[in-house]
Amino acid sequence: MSANTIRGKVYVLGDNIDTDQIIPAQYLNLVPTIPDEYEKLGSYALCGVLDAAAYVPEGRTKTPYAIIVAGRNFGCGSSREHAPIAIGAAGGRAVVAESYARIFFRNCVATGELYPMETPTRLVGEFVVGDEAEIDLDASTITNLRSGAVMPLAPLGDARPVIDAGGLFEYARRTGMIAPTAHPDVREAVPVNRVVED
Amino acid sequence: MTEKILARASGKAAVRPGENVWVNVDTLMTHDVCGPGTIGIFEREFGACAKVWDRDKVVIIPDHYIFTADDKCHRNVDILRRFVREQGLPHYYDVGSPRYKGVCHVALAQEGHCRPGEVLFGTDSHTCTAGAFNQFATGIGNTDAAFILGTGKLLVKVPPTMRFVFDGEFPPYLMAKDVILHLIGEIGVDGGTYKAMEFGGEAIQRLSMEERMTLCNMVIEGGGKNGIIEADDVTFDYVRARTRKAFEPVTPDADAAHVFVKRWNARTIEPTVAKPHSPDKRAAARELEDVKLTRAYIGSCTGGKLTDFVSAARVMRGRKVAVKTFLVPATTEISQSIRTETLDGKTLLAIFEEAGCTVSMDASCAACLGGPADTFGRINGPEVCISTTNRNFPGRMGSKEGQVYLASPYTVAASAIRGRITDPREFLA
Ligand code: SF4
Repeated sequence: MSANTIRGKVYVLGDNIDTDQIIPAQYLNLVPTIPDEYEKLGSYALCGVLDAAAYVPEGRTKTPYAIIVAGRNFGCGSSREHAPIAIGAAGGRAVVAESYARIFFRNCVATGELYPMETPTRLVGEFVVGDEAEIDLDASTITNLRSGAVMPLAPLGDARPVIDAGGLFEYARRTGMIAPTAHPDVREAVPVNRVVED
Repeated sequence: MTEKILARASGKAAVRPGENVWVNVDTLMTHDVCGPGTIGIFEREFGACAKVWDRDKVVIIPDHYIFTADDKCHRNVDILRRFVREQGLPHYYDVGSPRYKGVCHVALAQEGHCRPGEVLFGTDSHTCTAGAFNQFATGIGNTDAAFILGTGKLLVKVPPTMRFVFDGEFPPYLMAKDVILHLIGEIGVDGGTYKAMEFGGEAIQRLSMEERMTLCNMVIEGGGKNGIIEADDVTFDYVRARTRKAFEPVTPDADAAHVFVKRWNARTIEPTVAKPHSPDKRAAARELEDVKLTRAYIGSCTGGKLTDFVSAARVMRGRKVAVKTFLVPATTEISQSIRTETLDGKTLLAIFEEAGCTVSMDASCAACLGGPADTFGRINGPEVCISTTNRNFPGRMGSKEGQVYLASPYTVAASAIRGRITDPREFLA
């Protein structure tokens, strides 16, 4: 996941999209580290949203929408890591929202599943479902390829290298915070300054 | 206070809001929903024979999907059991055994795992409940939890503190649930995002431990990272009755910096309800008296404690409910107390049964988060429910067609009797 641009179709949502809408509780019996349950989680991504076109079409496991544009407080509610994982497993790559709930943002970074991009202005009205868009991570912009409008995003800062690496563990290994391979004696995490949090 | 705990846990003299610090974790809690994924990541990243950093600091409490026929849910508990066996973990509360407890946040406190001045992480957003015990306690995802399992540490951004002060005394018809719903209505569901929410004032000091837990439980519904309350004799009495471990509380500085301060006269707050589908859709109970209900629910980590049931019983004694009313004790200890505690010579259970309530014998999260279709009290259609739980997002208690109003046990009980939302004051005269 370490390209500079993310290009794809856009799915549009409003404010306060909570984790029960992202992945309803009856599917939390699926364990994300088991590969076919990971895929299944993807097929249920955002199926709890009221009054919206399906994010993942009926009978499919993948979404046609790589980019989600939403309003304030995306991912509020529970700490379930199943939420960013479901979107990531479905093929979602980035969320562009005005603000995030803290644990959701942190889980996006820790899992490396999704780029949680913040916008300084409200972009919900700038897109309709199905628009093609491109996010430029270096320039911190999103372009609506239908309208041609280029809009600024807040830079991801310290979170980016962690997501680029594929999540907290891979990043911790690459930067020497934990031993490079899984080893039963690994205990100590050495603090480094460049890591992100929440 | 939050800064003091994080400074101590990171071995520093002081920390500032915004600073990222590595903290040493005193307790990590996980449950049947997020435990299996956490274990999966731990074994993948640290190796199949890796040991957890400190067996005595890991607490595993199955509670969410317990009383169901769903195979995967049982498989998930089996994953916990295997891990506990392989690692030799002492703090496991297995379902189907006499050690079973029920809802994790209440069980943590009851079993003495909540201690002032410590750092607690849990794979559940309501881990913030333990802030009532003067701890830094917050929810995390599986990946962070797996990292802690292997290392005992986590990188945390120090949150700035919002302080909420309640002067005087809450009126007798008011419960902590009213207070927190009132407050969330004020700041909104993201008003506390990235922040510590500190509660103080005389009215807070008069609250029982259970009521303080209700208050801290719902800081996450305001977006807060953690809630925190100063420890006092009420705290010490509770904690010392449940653990012999030593602890060291933190106290607020008179000149502490806060990003936001709000003071209330405790007398002025009214019985409060959150309307569907968001905990910040605030209304006074008396403003909603034309909302007709089809069911009522009393349970969960925030609304299924003993005081919650005692309060409901006060309203229900000698009366009958007009809608289907489901009661679920949070823990087995509470379940037991409902059978032994009395009010006017009758047990709480007898009061509820005579009122026509359906009382679950099994302590668990039950319908607080919907869960598998056969979950006790789950909303399976277009029900209008008033509930003592903490979330009313679309589909939270089951069907997306359901509508959930959040309220205190007094208000829920009074509303169950009328069949419409009711201010409990007239029942408590
Ligand atoms: S009772 Fe409800 S809010 Fe509390 S831990 Fe269980 S599901 Fe979560």
